[in-house]
Amino acid sequence: MTPVYFIFLPLIFALFVPLLFKKLPQLHTGWFVLAAPVILAIYYASFIPASMHGETVISSFSWIPSLDIAISSYLDGLSLLFSLLITGIGALVVLYSIFYLDKNREQLHNFYVYLLMFMSAMLGVVQSDHLISLYFFWELTSISSFLLIGYWYTRDRSRFGAMKSMLITVFGGLMMLGGFILLYVMGGTYSIRELIVLAPELAVHDFFLWSLILILLGAFTKSAQFPFYIWLPDAMEAPTPVSAYLHSATMVKAGLYLVARFTPIFAVSSVWVWLVTGIGLLTMTWASFFALRQRDLKGILAFSTVSQLGLIMSLLGVAAVAFHVEDAAGTVFKYASFAAIFHLINHATFKGSLFMVTGIIDHETGTRDIRKLGGLMSVMPISFTLAVIGSLSMAGLPPFNGFLSKEMFFSAMLSLTEFDVFSFDTWGILFPVIAWIGSVFTFIYSFYFVFNTFAGDYKPDLLPKRANEAPIGMLISPAVLAALVVILFFIPNLLAEWFIKPAVIAIQPFLYESPEQVDIHVAAWHGWYSTELYMTLGVYLVGGLMYWQLHKWQKIYNVFSDTYSLNGLYDAMIYFSDAGMNRLSRLYMTGFIRSYLVYMFGFLVLITLGTLAITDAFALDFTGTSPIRAYEVIIGLVLVAGTITILMAKSRLTAIIALGAVGYTVALFFVIFRAPDLALTQLVIETISVALFLLAFYHLPQLSRHEERMPFRIGNALIAAGVGVTMALVAFSAHSQKSIESISEYYKETVYSEAAGGNIVNVILVDYRGFDTLFEITVLGIAAIAIISMIRLRLTRKENPHEK
Amino acid sequence: MEIVMSVLVGFLFMAAVYLMLSKSLLRIIIGTAVLSHGAHLLLLTMGGFGGTKPPVVAYGVTEAEYADPLPQALILTAIVISFAVTSFFLVLAYRAYQELGTDNVNLMRGTEDYD
Repeated sequence: MTPVYFIFLPLIFALFVPLLFKKLPQLHTGWFVLAAPVILAIYYASFIPASMHGETVISSFSWIPSLDIAISSYLDGLSLLFSLLITGIGALVVLYSIFYLDKNREQLHNFYVYLLMFMSAMLGVVQSDHLISLYFFWELTSISSFLLIGYWYTRDRSRFGAMKSMLITVFGGLMMLGGFILLYVMGGTYSIRELIVLAPELAVHDFFLWSLILILLGAFTKSAQFPFYIWLPDAMEAPTPVSAYLHSATMVKAGLYLVARFTPIFAVSSVWVWLVTGIGLLTMTWASFFALRQRDLKGILAFSTVSQLGLIMSLLGVAAVAFHVEDAAGTVFKYASFAAIFHLINHATFKGSLFMVTGIIDHETGTRDIRKLGGLMSVMPISFTLAVIGSLSMAGLPPFNGFLSKEMFFSAMLSLTEFDVFSFDTWGILFPVIAWIGSVFTFIYSFYFVFNTFAGDYKPDLLPKRANEAPIGMLISPAVLAALVVILFFIPNLLAEWFIKPAVIAIQPFLYESPEQVDIHVAAWHGWYSTELYMTLGVYLVGGLMYWQLHKWQKIYNVFSDTYSLNGLYDAMIYFSDAGMNRLSRLYMTGFIRSYLVYMFGFLVLITLGTLAITDAFALDFTGTSPIRAYEVIIGLVLVAGTITILMAKSRLTAIIALGAVGYTVALFFVIFRAPDLALTQLVIETISVALFLLAFYHLPQLSRHEERMPFRIGNALIAAGVGVTMALVAFSAHSQKSIESISEYYKETVYSEAAGGNIVNVILVDYRGFDTLFEITVLGIAAIAIISMIRLRLTRKENPHEK
Repeated sequence: MEIVMSVLVGFLFMAAVYLMLSKSLLRIIIGTAVLSHGAHLLLLTMGGFGGTKPPVVAYGVTEAEYADPLPQALILTAIVISFAVTSFFLVLAYRAYQELGTDNVNLMRGTEDYD
């Protein structure tokens, strides 16, 4: 069994979930589901020793061979790290959900099928080496996330959140597909590894920048970067295990994975560096600032997730800078990708545990509103401990792993000030400053989150339920994660050896060739003379002071209106595309036949005259025309007179008779232009037509009362004149530019010898081109049947179910 | 003569379009009838009026003297088809009038809030 088949293991499990849920109601389905991530985590852990030495495993099977599309699994340091995060945290989340979701009240089979589907999709995303299969799994994560957010589908907010996240992430996904296709056009291969080898050639291609921007759009929407982060706070309507798993630890990191994976291709571009670093930092500071506005615990965590994702994103941007530096391995830039991966792991641990603690609070008190909570410290001591560990790590305090990554983050940002390509020497100073401000707010909201919930006054009368400590089973998963938070602080270098260094060479292959060459040693203590230390101390000092005075200045958030925000913009966009487009289509879909005819004739004139003008096709040539004879002119005048009579007729009867006159005149034309069969047919048919007209309107006596001359309308006349002139011009040009001889010579020569007939027209109709006649007979037959059924068939309105 | 006929065809088209843009169903049908007359004459004109004899084999007539038989065959087919369609239209209009009590197409839009 090659690793590629293991991607589908959760999906295979998912097949049995509904069956188990129905047949074994006494067993919580989660226990069965738990086996999938545990098996996978153990399986992927077995690759760690190989990965530590820079070995990679590639396996694939063909999906659509003719289009060169395959499902592939490429396990290098980066994808192995993500796979372990997905399965490891997946196992903890499933365990947590067993105690969180009630097996009697919830539709567990739906939940676990979606969750397993998501797990497969996510493994596919991080392991795919093939662009198209990467996109396939990417959209599968969007869809399963949509299903999970809308899990409680009877709630409006859930459906709204699911829809919003779907629209935004699928938009990004489609953009990304465009970027992938451009990459394929440029490189001629779908394989990411081969594209990385081709990177220098791609960089000079015209599509390079487009592909870069489109792929970044995909990454930014998925990883909730500015301004696409708005879906994430609304996705908090999902059950808490889902928020912990998808919207903090795994799916939102798919965008980070994408950026990390494509860094070797795009790092050469300054646009990439600026966008990834700049948007990342902006997102970090913006979201950490607005986190303090939230009242819902999960809302705070959602903004904090956005902020932390921005932090990691900016570090990945700095990692790309290293590509542009001579001898980068000797500079501090090499820290960037290391710090990004390190913080990615740290964030997964502490944010996962914080979400689970929030779920516990919600579960035990019945609310997540921070204004109602407080003083839970003594009631829920274990949850409090876990929350403190998570929050202080998030704030960047020792002895938790967040401290280490925050120090490295400052180092990386400071290094930008020393860099003099892309005018970083002018603007570079902004980066550490913005990063520092973002960190101060991170510090404040971390304290806000934990102390406004657990410290202060206990308000039992505000709580829907009497608060209790959670059952032990629910505490296992957050406890494991919190333990990791502390352990990782003390053994960062072991973590580095196992996971981070193999991942770093995947991001920065231009710096290192094997994990052994990554000579980074993490230390908690940099000595007294490092700027990072003073920046951190400043964060603690300013953050602490501001948290102390939070109740005084938190009111400034009321200044920011909901209408003029990114959410307001999104709502307006949705409203416009729904109501606005509806109004637009009502504007031109008037329901009047006249309007549609005006569109059709108008475009006919525009397109035909435009083509005539552009191709310079107009011609008027009198050579080869037949002479004009007196009786032809007279008949022509009669025709014109008849037509004008139709137009001017006061009564419909006059119009019908004038129409008959026009028809007989046409028959006369057929006579003088030597077409006896036509003349005969025309005479007969015109007679029948006029009789039909008269018959039809003989039965409508009321009409005569309303009869009046057709009012002259200048708009209609202009369009009519346009069509008439166009047709005349086309007729002139066509007649004046005959290119080939008629085929009729053949008919004339062979009509007697081959077909044994004298009347050439009739022989054409029944012999040379008999099929035309067959179907013309069919048309007549259909018309006759239709007329009969229309007259005879009388379904009254009551019998018709569609009418009222 | 072909040029004159082209102008005449253009005039027929103009009248037909003008009639089709009116709001009376009967006038719209008359317009389609005029339009088909225009189309038939256009077909005939584009074939050219070269021959001096009808396309029927006769003694003493050379092949070059026959009028072009192909457009005539095409027109004959077109006449029959347009006749079928026109009569269907007519009965349709007649029935629509019987059911709806109007021949004003502007009133045949369904209700305003019909979606």
